[in-house]
Amino acid sequence: MQWETVIGLEVHVQLATRSKIFSGASTAFGAEPNTQACAVDLGLPGALPVLNEQAVAMAVQFGLAVHADIAEVSVFDRKNYFYPDLPKGYQTSQMYHPIVGPGDVEITLEDGATKLIRIHHAHLEEDAGKSLHEDFHGMTGIDLNRAGTPLLEIVSEPDMRSAKEAAAYLKAIHSIVTYLGISDGNMAEGSMRCDVNVSVRPTGQEAFGTRAEIKNVNSFRFVERAIAFEVERQIELIEDGGSVVQETRLFDPDRDETRSMRTKEEANDYRYFPCPDLLPVVLDQAYLDHLRSQLPELPADKRERFQNELGLSAYDANVISASRDMAEFFEAVHNECGDAKQSANWVQGELSGALNRENLSIANSPISARQLGQLISRVLDNTINGKAAKEVFQALWNGQGESADDIIDAKGLKQVTDTGAIEAMIDQVIADSPAQVAQYRDSEPEKRGKMIGYFVGQVMKASRGTANPQQVNGLLKEKLDALL
Amino acid sequence: MALEESHVRRAAHLARLAVSDDQASGFVEDLSRILDMVDQLQSLDTEGVKPLAHPLDATQRLRADEVTESNQRDTFQRCAPAVENGLYLVPRVVE
Repeated sequence: MQWETVIGLEVHVQLATRSKIFSGASTAFGAEPNTQACAVDLGLPGALPVLNEQAVAMAVQFGLAVHADIAEVSVFDRKNYFYPDLPKGYQTSQMYHPIVGPGDVEITLEDGATKLIRIHHAHLEEDAGKSLHEDFHGMTGIDLNRAGTPLLEIVSEPDMRSAKEAAAYLKAIHSIVTYLGISDGNMAEGSMRCDVNVSVRPTGQEAFGTRAEIKNVNSFRFVERAIAFEVERQIELIEDGGSVVQETRLFDPDRDETRSMRTKEEANDYRYFPCPDLLPVVLDQAYLDHLRSQLPELPADKRERFQNELGLSAYDANVISASRDMAEFFEAVHNECGDAKQSANWVQGELSGALNRENLSIANSPISARQLGQLISRVLDNTINGKAAKEVFQALWNGQGESADDIIDAKGLKQVTDTGAIEAMIDQVIADSPAQVAQYRDSEPEKRGKMIGYFVGQVMKASRGTANPQQVNGLLKEKLDALL
Repeated sequence: MALEESHVRRAAHLARLAVSDDQASGFVEDLSRILDMVDQLQSLDTEGVKPLAHPLDATQRLRADEVTESNQRDTFQRCAPAVENGLYLVPRVVE
């Protein structure tokens, strides 16, 4: 039987506010335990929440970026459950009247195809603290610094049909929130966390299968792996005559599997009700218009512009527009050298490779966009050849010079385009290689093209890589063929 | 709505309240009367009436996104039964 996978995602995004959603405690990452947990965050008696205007603005910005309806009135509810990292005994969330209503996000797949994924809603809520289960004499340690950090929970419709689509959706959300600057999007630090709802159904069947919710899926790679495992598990289960139960499962990246946490029967009953400590949040049109006017150019718009106006391929445009830092770096390189295709190649190739090797983000690149742009200009105006350009790049990376021009001068990499100089080198190489010349002369004409490589290599070596390769090729062929 | 003792037990469990057998039967009676009153309210025609999230006719005031709290960990932890390395210690919880 053919099976179809149905996936929906709940993405929790930590909003990059300075203070918490309902208190004036700092949200900075990495502080000493409990030094950023105030009376409100601790749920001490009498402490009252006051909503952070920036958290509201960020939620609205996200909503506008995904073409969503923004609720004129939204309401906070209490989600009641007991856990030590939630000292109030409830999480303040938005169950019935979320701030962001239905919207949509365009995802781009590897083959360049695009698909619209609908967003069901997004709501504001507070994060919980952290439980540390290491050895505290059989006790659990609680750090409440994270308690009260604003979260935007973005709930998709079950519109994804493969692990790849789910990963592309997560990347699209990541792009949008980092473009907007409403989150640092750092998945390793938990700034973006993801729960995945997965079910399977026979291809062609309209009704959804029973779904499992997978928690703890906290990287783009894990999303694909967790879904791949879960889909296989469900299909095997059904084909063996069993049935999927609605349950919460935990993804274990070390063992590459999902494990049952709790089934629906034991599911929590959260007894939501409107939070009496918080009044309805009312937003007017002028406020929304103001926020709309502040929106930056978003990834989808950039992608389109890179493709249509700068002539980049769909693939290049997609990769470069995915991160705002990379897109802006690329644009600065392009402004400097004027060649979009070359700029894209260098940013994605040499630069990204070097950054990955040293585990650096593009924002911390040792080479500035201006330096890279100037380097590309020197290739474009034939001052240096491609090989020398890589050497200049490396030198700039290592901080061996301020500009490409300095390094070209210092290392004597200026391309030799003087025909006379190149001819002299060729003559020398031919004189030094009688055996190879004889071989060339004696071989079939169609094989000579390949054999010329040896001579090109020798001439390039003699010029210490500075000769113009096209010229060397042309002149060599002339001279060798003259010997036939 | 007919309330049964199992409902009371479940509600008590969710709220982490210890309820004895004697108390449970009493709660069944008390809560049933409250639910009867809710049933009475339910019979009202609320067509076209917007749900009321709060009795006050006011909207939420917002505060500026500024850090206004300083570290008062020592003060707060003075009333905690057990702390270590700045962490609050609680009976082990493993889900």
